[in-house]
Amino acid sequence: MTRNVVRYSVSMSRGYALLLMAAVVSISSCSSQKSGLQPGPGFRKALQEALIQAKPGDVIEIPEGKHDIDTPLSLSVDNVTLRGKGMDKSVLSFKNQAAGSAGMMVTSNSFTVEDLGVEDTKGDGLKVKGANQLIVRRFRAEWTGGALETNGSYGIYPVECKNVLIEDSVVKGASDAGFYVGQSHNIVVRRNRAEGNVAGIEIENSIGADVYENTATGNTGGILVFNLPDLPMKGGKQTRVYNNQIVSNNHVNFAPKSAMVAKVAAGTGLMVLATSEIEVFKNTIKDNKSYNVTILSYLTTGNPIKDTTYDPYTEKISIHDNVIQGGGDAPQGRAETIAKVAGTPLPGIVYDGVLRPKQADAQVCAQNNGDAHFLNFDAGNGFKKTSLDGAKHNCALPALTPITLPFGS
Amino acid sequence: MRTLLLAIAALWLASCDRGVRIVLDEPFPKKLSEWRLFAGPLGKLQPAERVVAYDVNTPLFSDYAAKSRMIWMPPGTSAKYDGGEAFEFPQGTVVAKTFSFGNRIVETRLLVNTRSGWRGLPYVWNAEQTDATFEIVPDAVSMEHEGKKFQYIIPNVNQCKGCHDRAKRTVPIGLKARHLNREYAYAGGAENQLAYWSRTGMLTGAPQAGEAPRNAVWNDSATGTLEQRARAYLDANCGHCHNAEGPADTSGLFLTAGQTEPMRWGFCKVPVAAGHGAGDLRFDVVHGKPDESILLRRMNSVEPKVMMPEIGRSTIHREGVELIRQWVSETRGSCGP
Repeated sequence: MTRNVVRYSVSMSRGYALLLMAAVVSISSCSSQKSGLQPGPGFRKALQEALIQAKPGDVIEIPEGKHDIDTPLSLSVDNVTLRGKGMDKSVLSFKNQAAGSAGMMVTSNSFTVEDLGVEDTKGDGLKVKGANQLIVRRFRAEWTGGALETNGSYGIYPVECKNVLIEDSVVKGASDAGFYVGQSHNIVVRRNRAEGNVAGIEIENSIGADVYENTATGNTGGILVFNLPDLPMKGGKQTRVYNNQIVSNNHVNFAPKSAMVAKVAAGTGLMVLATSEIEVFKNTIKDNKSYNVTILSYLTTGNPIKDTTYDPYTEKISIHDNVIQGGGDAPQGRAETIAKVAGTPLPGIVYDGVLRPKQADAQVCAQNNGDAHFLNFDAGNGFKKTSLDGAKHNCALPALTPITLPFGS
Repeated sequence: MRTLLLAIAALWLASCDRGVRIVLDEPFPKKLSEWRLFAGPLGKLQPAERVVAYDVNTPLFSDYAAKSRMIWMPPGTSAKYDGGEAFEFPQGTVVAKTFSFGNRIVETRLLVNTRSGWRGLPYVWNAEQTDATFEIVPDAVSMEHEGKKFQYIIPNVNQCKGCHDRAKRTVPIGLKARHLNREYAYAGGAENQLAYWSRTGMLTGAPQAGEAPRNAVWNDSATGTLEQRARAYLDANCGHCHNAEGPADTSGLFLTAGQTEPMRWGFCKVPVAAGHGAGDLRFDVVHGKPDESILLRRMNSVEPKVMMPEIGRSTIHREGVELIRQWVSETRGSCGP
């Protein structure tokens, strides 16, 4: 804003320019009331006070520097923007966090965070719960000690949200999922980088997501689309995963054993679990050493299902026009078990073939994926009819509808 | 006519001056004394006229702090009874909970029913114990329990909402029939609180105390079975978040008194997004196996990413952990292989 005003003044008379200068001063002093946060010992308290006293429409600016934050921050005022000077320049460091789980917890609507970094939170980096309209842009969540089991669980974690945009952001080192969108509706996750997490990007128990132009590399699993039992929101479906680079996700799994993602085999590119209406296209999926693409029913996880309203089956999956190369050459965990029957390397697309009782066809389709082979390992019948017959799955499904968000893109 | 009006105005002003402040909008009084909740020196914590002290059957654990609870409603108003949720209180209601360690009063948390709903306001006491100051983000206080130092955390304004939240609205927690249905030693003699509130016009629509729900007292076996006391403890310490509309609804673990499904209490339930809270354990609660139950692991920790509740304590409640441990030990069942 300031810059615009000054640019105008160039073409005006000196008097006008002076007046404008005065206006600029008053404007900037006005906005500094909101964002006059000074780095130093009182920073955490001043920032938390600003977050509590914010009014709808406010922009809270985080100055450059690494700011030490020892307790979680929270925001519950609608329509607030938190803005730093860059994801590597304005950094909230939770290295000395003494209490609380999430680094930053937001429970209000129309929240935007941009150009900010959050490091070394004990629990999740940024958690947003129950918000309508959320924008996370050029944001970084990172555990700076590398991939450690003691790292927090999720980097960017919207849950029970509606209209979610996460773009141009980075998450490294999460001991569960880097980008984790759970129990939410209408989601766009694009142009992000997930590296060195257990799961790179995970869409879980959500309806309507577009995941595109992301890079997931060096994680245990690149991109996961899950629908799990025992959660308030079930029936996750309708996700498009396209134009992503899902490459060399071969990191040893460092999740706490009880976490769902602890079961993800190191070297998993894309995993679709117990969900439906998923379209995967135009991705480059390569060199993931267990399997580049795997499609599973929840029954195949071996976890007991106590939730009587939960649907563990996987249906209407369309994998088309992807470049799927390499990988499958050093299967780990469950993939290793499959490879003992089906041989190594595992084909590019590995499907458990589990059908609903009396169901003839789950509509799991794969077309135009180059040389990638399709393996049905028939988990439902103890691997008896393991087949490499891709022809049976050479089908197409109607394209899914793109996600539109109610704010500018 | 004019003098009459003036006299009425004077009377009104005078009564206003004596009574508890009615604050329906910001700004809120900077000092606790400005609310006029107490009679005499503030540090004595003596309730002012029409301010009623109360107690709950099983309280929330707060680092072994002693708590004094009081409520005030504007003259001529009353609360409406509800059998399950918090009673419905009139605008202007002030609820005060004061936390002390030995002789030292540390903080008073007010819950005020304003025009825009309930607001939680932390007041931090001065060293002289003469007054307390409203602080949006209070500092932690160094404290000691049984020779062990710890940082006592006074919740900030947002953290008040963190617990007092029901479907994104701030609500009272303790002011429910099942918590209040017990005797209190009033100046005029002991009486059931629901009966006293009804008799004095503070509460309408309440049934006889014997017909109202009542939580057990967690550490008094005369008030309930082991399971009843354990459930009362979990209701008071976890249920405000762990319910279908609370901040922990995403977990699917519901610990309120009204929840009847053992799976929702955690039995054989796999954790959801529990991260390190779960450690290497598979289920929230395993019959007969407290050491394999995530619930116990999280109660028995002060590690930020493990401990539950997330806020409100910095120490482990050994006696509470023991109660839940005993209860889980005595349950029978299996979660399968």
